Amino acid sequence: MSVPFGQDRIADVMARAVDVKGRSLWDDALRRLVRNRAAVVSIVILLLIALAAVFGPLFLAYDYSYQNYDIVSCAPDWWPDKAVLCSAGGSHWFGTDSLGRDLLVRTLYGARVSLAVGLIATVVSLVIGVSYGATAGFLGGRVDELMMRFVDVLYSIPYIFLVIILMVIFDRNFFLLFVAIGAVEWLTMARIVRGQTLSLKQKEFVEAARAGGVGNFSIITRHIIPNVFGPVIVYVTLTVPASILAESFLSFLGLGIQEPLTSWGVLIKDGADQMETAPWMLLFPATFMAITLFCFNFIGDGLRDALDPQDR
Amino acid sequence: MVATRHSALGAGKTAMFSYAFRRLLGAVPTLFIIVTLSFFMMRLAPGGPFDSQRQLPPEIRHNIEAAYDLDKPVWRQYFIYLGKLTRGDLGPSYKTKDFTVTELIADGLPVTTKLGISSIVLAVLIGVVLGTSAALRQNRIADYGVMSGAMVGITIPTFVMAPILTLIFGVYGVSLFGMDLSLPVSGWNGGAWRNMVLPVIVLALPQIAYVARLTRGSMVEVLHSNYVRTARAKGLSSVMIVWRHALRAAILPLISYLGPAVAGVLTGSLVVEQLFGLPGIGRYFVQGALNRDYTLVMGVLIYYAAIVILLNLVADLLYAVLDPRVRYAR
Repeated sequence: MSVPFGQDRIADVMARAVDVKGRSLWDDALRRLVRNRAAVVSIVILLLIALAAVFGPLFLAYDYSYQNYDIVSCAPDWWPDKAVLCSAGGSHWFGTDSLGRDLLVRTLYGARVSLAVGLIATVVSLVIGVSYGATAGFLGGRVDELMMRFVDVLYSIPYIFLVIILMVIFDRNFFLLFVAIGAVEWLTMARIVRGQTLSLKQKEFVEAARAGGVGNFSIITRHIIPNVFGPVIVYVTLTVPASILAESFLSFLGLGIQEPLTSWGVLIKDGADQMETAPWMLLFPATFMAITLFCFNFIGDGLRDALDPQDR
Repeated sequence: MVATRHSALGAGKTAMFSYAFRRLLGAVPTLFIIVTLSFFMMRLAPGGPFDSQRQLPPEIRHNIEAAYDLDKPVWRQYFIYLGKLTRGDLGPSYKTKDFTVTELIADGLPVTTKLGISSIVLAVLIGVVLGTSAALRQNRIADYGVMSGAMVGITIPTFVMAPILTLIFGVYGVSLFGMDLSLPVSGWNGGAWRNMVLPVIVLALPQIAYVARLTRGSMVEVLHSNYVRTARAKGLSSVMIVWRHALRAAILPLISYLGPAVAGVLTGSLVVEQLFGLPGIGRYFVQGALNRDYTLVMGVLIYYAAIVILLNLVADLLYAVLDPRVRYAR
C-alpha cells in the first residue's frame, strides 16, 4: 500500500483521526462516577422509587382518595403487635390511614408530587439562576454590582419564609407552589454561574467569538452557559432534595399540598398526629423521604468528586 | 517602640469602627428593600381585615377602612407604614383583634429566644467536640462514624426528627438503668427545663451536624500546620495541643456560620413550636399564614430579616476582632 503525499496524505490522516475516539471531560467524569459505589447504588434506588411512583398506582387496587370506613387506621398485616390493633385483610401492605385510605398508594402518590416538585422547582431555579448569573457576570461593572446586591438582600431572609408569604398571597395554588419554591432557590445558582462567567469571559475563545462579531446574547447562550455546566449540575442534584424538603415543610405546616391530594409532607404530618395509635403512618412516608434525600445527597457528592478537576 | 505599637493599634481600631459603621449603613438599604417588597406583596394579596365576614353596611366598612388607613392611596399607606416602622410599630394584626403585631412578637419573643439560644449553644458545644475528635482520628472508624452521623443529621428534616423523638421519649418512654427518661412532649410550662429538652435537641441536631463538619474540616487543616508540629515536637500531649493551640484557629470559621445557624434555627422553630405546642413567634407566624393575617406575617418576616442581617454583621466584626489576619479593605 503506497503512502499518499500532499493533499491526499492530509485527507488520509483526517479520515483515520475520525475513528480514534478521544476521552472527553464528560467521559472521564462518567468513569469516576461509575466507580463511586454509593452514588451508583443511590441512582439505582432513586430510579426504583421513581418507577414505583409513576407506575405503581396503576397496579394497585385502590385509588389514593378511596376511603374504606370499615378499616380506619389499620395496621399492615405483617405488623408485629397487630392483634391489639386490627387486621386490614391482607391487601393493604402499608396499612390504612385515619380515613381508611390505603397508605401504600398514598405514599406512592406522595412520591409523585414530591419528585415532581423537586424537578419542576429545580428547572425554574435553573432557568432563573443561570440566566441571571450569566448576565451579571458577563456584563460586569455597575450592572453586576447592582444585580448581585439584590441577591445579597434576598439571601438575608430565610427563604422558607418568603415561600410561605408567596403561598399565603397566592392562596395555596398547586402549580404556584412549585414555581414559588423554584423562584427562591436560584440565589446560590446565580452566584455560582456569575463566578464562573467572570473567569470564562477572559478566555480566548470568547475573545475570538467577539472578534468574529458575535453579539452579547449569543456569546452568553452559545459559549458561556455550556461551559458552566459542570458546577451547575452538581448544584442541581442538591437543589432537587432542597425543593422536596421545602415542599414537605410547607405541606407539614398545612400551607402546601391540600387534601385529598397528598405529598410526603402531608403524610408525615398525618402520621405525626396519629403516631401513638398508628406509628406506621409516620414511619413509611418518613422512611421513603429520608431514603430519597440520602440518595440525592450521595449522588451530589459523587458528581462533585467526578467533576472536580482538583482531584484528578 | 511602645508608641508606634500603640498608634498602630489605634489605627486598627479606627479602621474597624469605620468598617462597622459602613456595614451598618449597608444594612439600611437591605432592610429598606425587604420592607418595600413586603409592603407591596401585602397589598397584592387578596382580602383585607374585614373580609370573609358577613356583608357590612357601607358606613361601618368605611370606618374600618379608615381605622386601618386603607381608604388612603397606596403610596400614602406605604409612607405611613414606613413612618410607623421607624418607631417600631408594625401595625395592627388583621386577625387577632385588639393586638398589634409588635405586641404579638414581643409576646412570643422570650420563648423563641430561649429555645434558639439554648439550641445554638448546645450545637456549638457538641458539634465542636465531635468535629475535633473526628479530626484527631482522621479517616478512621470514629471519623467515618461522626461524619455519617452528621450526614443523617443534615438530611433528616426537623419535621421527621421531632415526631420520631417524641415517639421514643414521650410516647414509649425510654428508661435506662432504671432511670425514667420519658419527657413531656408538649407545652411550655413557663420554660421548665424538662419541657425544653426535646424541642432544643430537635432544633440543635442539624446545627450539630453542620458545626461538626465545619470543625472537622478546619481542624484537619490546622493539625497539619507548622506550629502544631512544633507543639508536638515539644512533646505536648494531644489534649494540650488541641486545647492550647489548635482549637482557637479551628473554630474561627464557625463564627461566619453564626448567621446561617440562626436562620436555620428560626426556620426549624416554625415546626418545633407547632409540634410541641410552644407559644413562640414561629407558631404565631404559622397561624398568621394559615389565617391570612398579612400584617402579622410581614411583620415577623421583617423582624427575622433584621435579626439575621444584624447577626451577620456581628459575625463579621467578631471575626475581624478574633483573627488578626483580617484587614478592613477599602
